[in-house]
Amino acid sequence: MNYEMESYDIAVIGAGHAGVEAALAGARLGCRTALFTISLDTVANMPCNPSIGGTAKGHLVREIDALGGEMGKAADKCYIQSRMLNAGKGPAVHSLRVQADREKYRTYMKNVCEREKLLDLKQAEITEILTEDGQVTGVVTKLGAVYKAKAVIIATGTYLCGLIHIGETSYQSGADNVVAPMLLTDSLKALGLPIRRFKTGTPARVHKRSINFDGLEKQDGDENIQPFSFETDRSTMKNQVSCYVSYTNEETHRVILDNLHRSPLYSGKIEGVGPRYCPSIEDKIVRFSEKPRHQLFIEPMGLDTDEYYLQGMSSSLPEDVQLKFLRTIKGLENVEIMRPAYAIEYDCIDPTALYATLEVKTVRGLFGAGQFNGTSGYEEAAAQGLIAGINAAHQIQGKEMLVLDRASSYIGTLIDDLVTKGCSDPYRMMTSRSEYRLILRQDNADERLTAIGYKIGLISKERYEEFLKKEEEIEKELARVKKLTIKPTAEVNAILVSRGTSEITTGQKLADLIRRPQMSYADFAPVDTDRPTLSYEVCEQVELKIKYDGYIEKQQAQIDEMRRLEVKLLPEDIDYNKIRGLRLEAVEKLSKHRPLNIGQASRISGVTPADISVLLVWLAGGNRNEK
Amino acid sequence: MSTIAAISTPLAEGGIAVIRISGENALDIASKVFEPMSKKPVNTMFGYTCAYGKVISANSVIDDGVLTVFRAPKSYTGENIAEISCHGGVFIAKKILREVLSAGAVPAEAGEFTKRAFLNGKLSLTEAEAVMDIISSNGEQALRAANAVKDGALYRRISSVSEKIMHALGELSAWVDYPDEDIAEVDSDSLTTILDDCCRELEEILSTYDSGRIIRDGIDTALVGKANVGKSTLMNALLGYERSIVTDIEGTTRDVVEDSLRLGDIVLKLSDTAGIRKTTDTVEAIGVERSKKKISEADMVLVLFDNSSELTDEDREIIDEVRGTRAIAIINKTDMENRLDINYIEENLGKGVYISAKNGEGTDILRKRIEEMFHMEHLDLSAGIIANERQKLCVDKALSSLREAREVLTLGMTLDAVTVLIDEGEQALLELTGEKVTDAVVDEVFSKFCVGK
Repeated sequence: MNYEMESYDIAVIGAGHAGVEAALAGARLGCRTALFTISLDTVANMPCNPSIGGTAKGHLVREIDALGGEMGKAADKCYIQSRMLNAGKGPAVHSLRVQADREKYRTYMKNVCEREKLLDLKQAEITEILTEDGQVTGVVTKLGAVYKAKAVIIATGTYLCGLIHIGETSYQSGADNVVAPMLLTDSLKALGLPIRRFKTGTPARVHKRSINFDGLEKQDGDENIQPFSFETDRSTMKNQVSCYVSYTNEETHRVILDNLHRSPLYSGKIEGVGPRYCPSIEDKIVRFSEKPRHQLFIEPMGLDTDEYYLQGMSSSLPEDVQLKFLRTIKGLENVEIMRPAYAIEYDCIDPTALYATLEVKTVRGLFGAGQFNGTSGYEEAAAQGLIAGINAAHQIQGKEMLVLDRASSYIGTLIDDLVTKGCSDPYRMMTSRSEYRLILRQDNADERLTAIGYKIGLISKERYEEFLKKEEEIEKELARVKKLTIKPTAEVNAILVSRGTSEITTGQKLADLIRRPQMSYADFAPVDTDRPTLSYEVCEQVELKIKYDGYIEKQQAQIDEMRRLEVKLLPEDIDYNKIRGLRLEAVEKLSKHRPLNIGQASRISGVTPADISVLLVWLAGGNRNEK
Repeated sequence: MSTIAAISTPLAEGGIAVIRISGENALDIASKVFEPMSKKPVNTMFGYTCAYGKVISANSVIDDGVLTVFRAPKSYTGENIAEISCHGGVFIAKKILREVLSAGAVPAEAGEFTKRAFLNGKLSLTEAEAVMDIISSNGEQALRAANAVKDGALYRRISSVSEKIMHALGELSAWVDYPDEDIAEVDSDSLTTILDDCCRELEEILSTYDSGRIIRDGIDTALVGKANVGKSTLMNALLGYERSIVTDIEGTTRDVVEDSLRLGDIVLKLSDTAGIRKTTDTVEAIGVERSKKKISEADMVLVLFDNSSELTDEDREIIDEVRGTRAIAIINKTDMENRLDINYIEENLGKGVYISAKNGEGTDILRKRIEEMFHMEHLDLSAGIIANERQKLCVDKALSSLREAREVLTLGMTLDAVTVLIDEGEQALLELTGEKVTDAVVDEVFSKFCVGK
């Protein structure tokens, strides 16, 4: 029998990376929030890689931090090794990635949630979402407890109707053998949500003492560690562990190919759509048969454990086959598996059923975030959780919803891609997904988003003022460097020549000299005697703004053009059938997607330029009529 | 919003053509191509005023004409408008338009002047609905055209470049997004080679641009031959109606007479010349000069010989004049007794075509020969030929982005910046084939239709 419990403003289902950010944001914005999880021991769990960041994902974490989310701070507290990826490929694609202590991260995040005043952590399985007249009213737990809520955020990750496959064996379960919620899907389907099935997987964890590290390629962290959070002090950061690299070989491939018939992937047992970008090792070997070897990383799971993670060796082959092929690999000849690799299928939503606010179009107050929305990865999840949490709070408080556009951030790009184009396999963020990537750098996430975070109320006044001070220093130094003329002295020319660039014969602006690809801002310190003492972050921004000036300007022009259409909002109650001149296909697509603005409409496939022009004229006509 | 331009009069030979420029920078752009006689700067002109002056291209005068200025909001579109009225003729009008575009305007879409007029509050809602109808029907046509383009040789040529770029972009992206994977580094040497190749191919595509003109405006064909060999008769026979004055008096055709003639999928812009006979008649001498000039400029020369008379000095002079050009020897008057040294002609000009222009005999064979020449020779009509200014602009844009990418790569710029430039080039090419539905393509698809409404 059902019984009534407390009333909340926001109920969050699932305490993974999306759920935690959503709940924290909601509570911090003044909403009474309940965070439900099936097991309180798996709050912010990392059931796959013990790592945060990576290409484009590192950008997401910095953006989450600039908006006032928690992930960056947590990673800075719990990292055990840190590396800036792509260091030689240009600042736009620099990406921070850390190995994190999985246990510590979980404890840290759980405690942050526990200490949040308006946030209640509850161990319960949600089985039903209550609605009234198309508006969310609450949730029901498996025990029959009814919690009223004005907004509900679904962040069920890979757990919803989870089905684990290891070889010939399959069983209902969420990741890390946590109980899978099996009942909620029916409630979501009854609400009309388009539910589908995706698949992902994870490699085996092995015992440290069974690995022979001798002769393995060692991979260490950076000497100068950069933190994720703009609030973290970088001076005391140190690496504590190393990772190792090994490779598969012909023998590995032979073992896998010989046993392919025992893989649920190839026997047709798995129905879910798996990700293209992180295929299982059997997938890699079948699809890229010409490659003689595949790389794998051997990574520690934390400081207080001897478990190691084998990145790149995700598999759904039977346990005995896993052991056999792992033991063909250099360094793993005597390896001992602690947890076998598995594939997991789970229920998720077609994200085109969501607005860019992450609210479900057909149920007011119902939001989706994270892997439930068809993405992959902790960072993608956290980013969506943060936005869903903010928007749930804003809706309850009657404030304007937050939609970040593609030009503002990777978060905006991620959500726009999801809700506008949808995804046919789990969506992973990549730098190449952003057309504005020279502007959307990880180093300037604060410049792009701190003001928004402050306005929302997730960034403190102190931090905002700190940020303004930094901006001012950057501006001042930029102006100075652009004005300063460097004379063609022997000392200057010696610096230039030492870097392989040509001497100067007349005085030149310092900015023009820094713009030379071979030169850096720091190079001129000896001859720039009036240079003020500035922080590393300020110097970095000054240098990048000078070097990429022309490109930044160009991309900014493209952004301005894009935003022209982005600000033309389409009314919510628009009836596309009644717009004269729209083609039938466009009417169908627009009615299905219900874009928020003209810019978004123009990115829907099947909507032609002509349709957009018709919409523009229609919009202008409607506005005029009202006047 | 961008400043747009188009020829707003029908694309046909006419007395006057008008190039309309609308947008914030209309007057600045006009001032780059138009020099008023009064020397009063264009951007200081008041609304509703005109100026007489010269249209300038690269410091030389293309034409003289009249510039009319309208100031926002008192104009058709509600924006600043500059209209250049020039002498009619598709060639001049297009040349001026091209100048205007390189001065910073972008080509206007079908219905775009009207669309802007509406968006700026210059038209009523009913009128707006009519505009929506135009836009949507143009959109349908554009879709069809875009699909048709996909079967074309141009599409294939551009796709081959675009595929190459896409391939390189794929490699770059994988290398950047998967730094820990075992992916080969994209080295700048091979990237440079790819960029060089693509630039070269795009340059080639652009160089066929003037062949595009041939398709639109016709193959410039000169009809030459000594006086009274039957040029005008042949022209009339081909055209099917009487055009030049045909008499038996030598030198009747005193000027270059032009007309268009359709043969299958090609159009001849036929010019009947006055012959190149040495003359003392001053009027005729001018005609001879023009004929010679015409021969040197033409895409093709039809050389007429009289079967009934022996080769004259003038015939030999003509043979010398046309040797090495794309010429077809035509032996006329086959209905009469042969006195002509045909061997000499065929030795110099290749196999001749035998006709009797008077009786209309052999003209079919001639048509066939002309068609064959253009299908089999260097001008391959099925090869990708750029058909309009917008397409040229896209390939131009792609080329300049790729060149820039190439240049900064050599300078040692980081790959993230280089990649963005390559992206830009690729985007330009995709727009050209109508494959990408972005805001830019919005405006793109429209263009393939009658501009300047």
